[in-house]
Amino acid sequence: MVNLTINGRHYSVDAEPDTPLLFVLRDTLGLTGTKYGCGIAQCGACTVHLDGQATRSCQVPLESVGNQTVTTIEAIEQDEVGRKVVEAWVALQVPQCGYCQSGQVMAATALLKQTPHPTEGDIVDAMTNLCRCGTYNAIAAAVRQAAA
Amino acid sequence: MIPLLRPAAPSRRRFLAGAGGALVLSALLPARSARAEAQGPAEGAGALAPKPGTRVAAFLEIHPDGTIRLLSPFVEGGQGIATGMAQIVGEELDVPPSRFVVECAPPGPDYAVVNGIRMTGGSFSTRSSYETMRRLGATARDLMIRAAAAKLKVQDGELTTRDGVVMHADSNRSLSYGDLAADALKLKPNESVPLRDPATFRYIRQPVPRLDVRDKSTGRAVYAIDQKVEGMLYAAVQHAPRLGTEPKGLANEAEVRAMPGVHSVHRLPGAVAVAADSWWRARKAVEALKVEWTAPKASGLDTVAADFSSEIMLAALKASTDPGQVAEEKGDVAAAFAKATKVVEADYEAPYLAHAQLEPPSAIARFDGNGTLDVWLPNQMPEVFQTVSAKVAGLQPAQVRIHSPMLGGFFGRHFFYEASNPFPQAILLAKATGRPVKVLWSREEEFARDAVRPLSFSRFRAALDPAGQPTALEVRTVGEGPIGRYFSMMMQTPVDPSAVEGIVEKPYAVPNRRMTFTKVAHPVNIAFWRSVGHSMNDAFYESFLDEVAQAGGQDPFALRMALLQGNARHRTLLSTVAEMSGGWQRGPYRGEGGMRARGLAMASPFGSETATIAEVSVEGGEARVHNLWIAFDPGSIVNPAIVKAQVESAAALGLSSVLFEQIVYRDGVRQSQNYDTYPVLRREHMPKVHVSIVESGAPMGGVGEPGLPGVPPAVLNAIAALTGQRVRALPVANTKLSSV
Repeated sequence: MVNLTINGRHYSVDAEPDTPLLFVLRDTLGLTGTKYGCGIAQCGACTVHLDGQATRSCQVPLESVGNQTVTTIEAIEQDEVGRKVVEAWVALQVPQCGYCQSGQVMAATALLKQTPHPTEGDIVDAMTNLCRCGTYNAIAAAVRQAAA
Repeated sequence: MIPLLRPAAPSRRRFLAGAGGALVLSALLPARSARAEAQGPAEGAGALAPKPGTRVAAFLEIHPDGTIRLLSPFVEGGQGIATGMAQIVGEELDVPPSRFVVECAPPGPDYAVVNGIRMTGGSFSTRSSYETMRRLGATARDLMIRAAAAKLKVQDGELTTRDGVVMHADSNRSLSYGDLAADALKLKPNESVPLRDPATFRYIRQPVPRLDVRDKSTGRAVYAIDQKVEGMLYAAVQHAPRLGTEPKGLANEAEVRAMPGVHSVHRLPGAVAVAADSWWRARKAVEALKVEWTAPKASGLDTVAADFSSEIMLAALKASTDPGQVAEEKGDVAAAFAKATKVVEADYEAPYLAHAQLEPPSAIARFDGNGTLDVWLPNQMPEVFQTVSAKVAGLQPAQVRIHSPMLGGFFGRHFFYEASNPFPQAILLAKATGRPVKVLWSREEEFARDAVRPLSFSRFRAALDPAGQPTALEVRTVGEGPIGRYFSMMMQTPVDPSAVEGIVEKPYAVPNRRMTFTKVAHPVNIAFWRSVGHSMNDAFYESFLDEVAQAGGQDPFALRMALLQGNARHRTLLSTVAEMSGGWQRGPYRGEGGMRARGLAMASPFGSETATIAEVSVEGGEARVHNLWIAFDPGSIVNPAIVKAQVESAAALGLSSVLFEQIVYRDGVRQSQNYDTYPVLRREHMPKVHVSIVESGAPMGGVGEPGLPGVPPAVLNAIAALTGQRVRALPVANTKLSSV
């Protein structure tokens, strides 16, 4: 059994130590807001926070989580910055299909928690998740709005 | 291929543009369904053979709290159709769209509102159903008024409505729709109800916020991949490396069966599968399976042979000598070429493309004790998936319930493409295990089996007169389109419209034209891909038109204007896009960080018109696109914010395809496995996109796809203007661009 702290709750999980955190979240714990897109840390749909750092959970084996606290999209509105990000996403009508947007919101929240007033360069560097609907401009505008 | 549709119209374009609704369904939608008969005459005679889009109870549930559940004929996949439907129905029903909960309806004849069929595709949803859905809302409102009149013992004409409430001003009494719904639905609907005067619209033509945006920003939106049913097994698959080969032997089946959580190991058509208690365990196990596959044919193009490659396919298209069929003809091309001062010739080619939507495909199948089957799956055509599911399961379609959750992107991915859909596997595995089964394809399996935009080839020839004007254009297109593959019964000529759209029916007044189509079938599963034939054909045509301009010593903007003499709609669009970009200037000119140039293109996709200008620079041998200006005329619109978002989204996909994307076959196997080997547009390549909507008042056109086709040629033309290099083989990434 592996102990995890996710969104402030404690869980004990019975899974192989190499199981990616992504599938523990989605299939074992039913936290399906975090998405599977590529499984090789290319797309970022699976982005969660580990101790506040945006992390692609498809590349995080269960055994490596240790004492780090995990935050997922399900708890993002409990965070002040996360709430602002979500409100900016809604105000600017960012999502289209929406499948990548959990990861985008998580990446944006982590960015703004570390860099409350990011430059364009900061946004380009931090917001590397793929969006097949091409909402990149709306995403950048929403990050700027949430930072304002 | 299962026969799906029987046409009585000459072409998809003509038919689906709404010419008479003559398409009838053979296998799918009997005009008089058992279900409709069982429901009886609750709404009068219409219920026996419901005219699609007329039976209020099939579409609307009006709840006591004032919310409305709308069962939509269409599936939401990012295009905003759920919100659009709420606006259209809400406008006439007089209920704010924000009070709607919109879900994709189950299969049924009521929902065949796209000129007699049902699908979410072809950018048809809004334009085909706009009148029908308005009328549905108005009919429902009329029922509310009549139910209220009976209750309040007043005349209909004394009542008004506002925001879901019927009011009697004289007596200061009112009743909410929620209170009236039960009585209202017992009334016989009026055959003809007046529609609202567009001048009084409150929701249509407004940028109404999308209904799903908050859920999609907080992880609460539920896609097929997120669904779970009680007691289900998870299954992962390993496909045959080559389409068409089959599993023979499993060298280590016992070992794999003993892996953690494994329930069972299965052979499927063209694949092997493992069912387990978690998907990760199933995937690890199925990937550990050592499978011996049957041998493919050594060579040939009737199957995916051992030596099949994109290169061999392209060579076959180029080498074909079959003259094919005439797709468009005007004037005397031979005479024009005989008199030509100059002849321009060029070959254009485009690769296979994957959809690469972010949500990997999945499906859940569950057999119930009473011999029925539930299937949850991403799809754009529920009745087709119901029919195929029934066939796979050995049931009747009426015994299959189809659940259509929102799509994590589609772009044409979720039609029925035979071996390219996971749901038949889920059904077979549910049957074999006696348990509900969810099949999820890994990203790698998706890249291996996605149906692809066809690799394409066209040969262009133009005749120029001494003034440099094109007097004749000849285009030979060789290949295959998805309509011919999957909907051939809709075609009454051998010319596949999806293979030649973007080359035929262009607006330019070239006096002599001859376009032909020669069918050469692909051995791979081909697909609809956002804007279909337009996705490459407008790139070819509009690039070649710039080559013609160059050969004739003309400016590309001036040449297009000249060829559009007397054509107000297109000239307006061209002027609009020029103004948006600060006036037409081709360049090269010095911009921020170096030299830049601009390219221009027009396209007429799916009943809409576009004019596009791209601004490009070259850095390190690669094209960088800085700005896209798009003037877009869909005739008239429902939601300007959604229209702009869709045009920008389509532009991004067009840019992604022209710069980066290609599925390459080598030795019968695709060379892309994931996003690292199938690059798509990333943030750093996203240009500014400026969209201007021009409402010409022409019949309503499509919105989801038409923003795409102008972008690739505008970029190619800008690259040519900047570097002098004419890229004729896509994507641009295959060509090293010269520095300027």
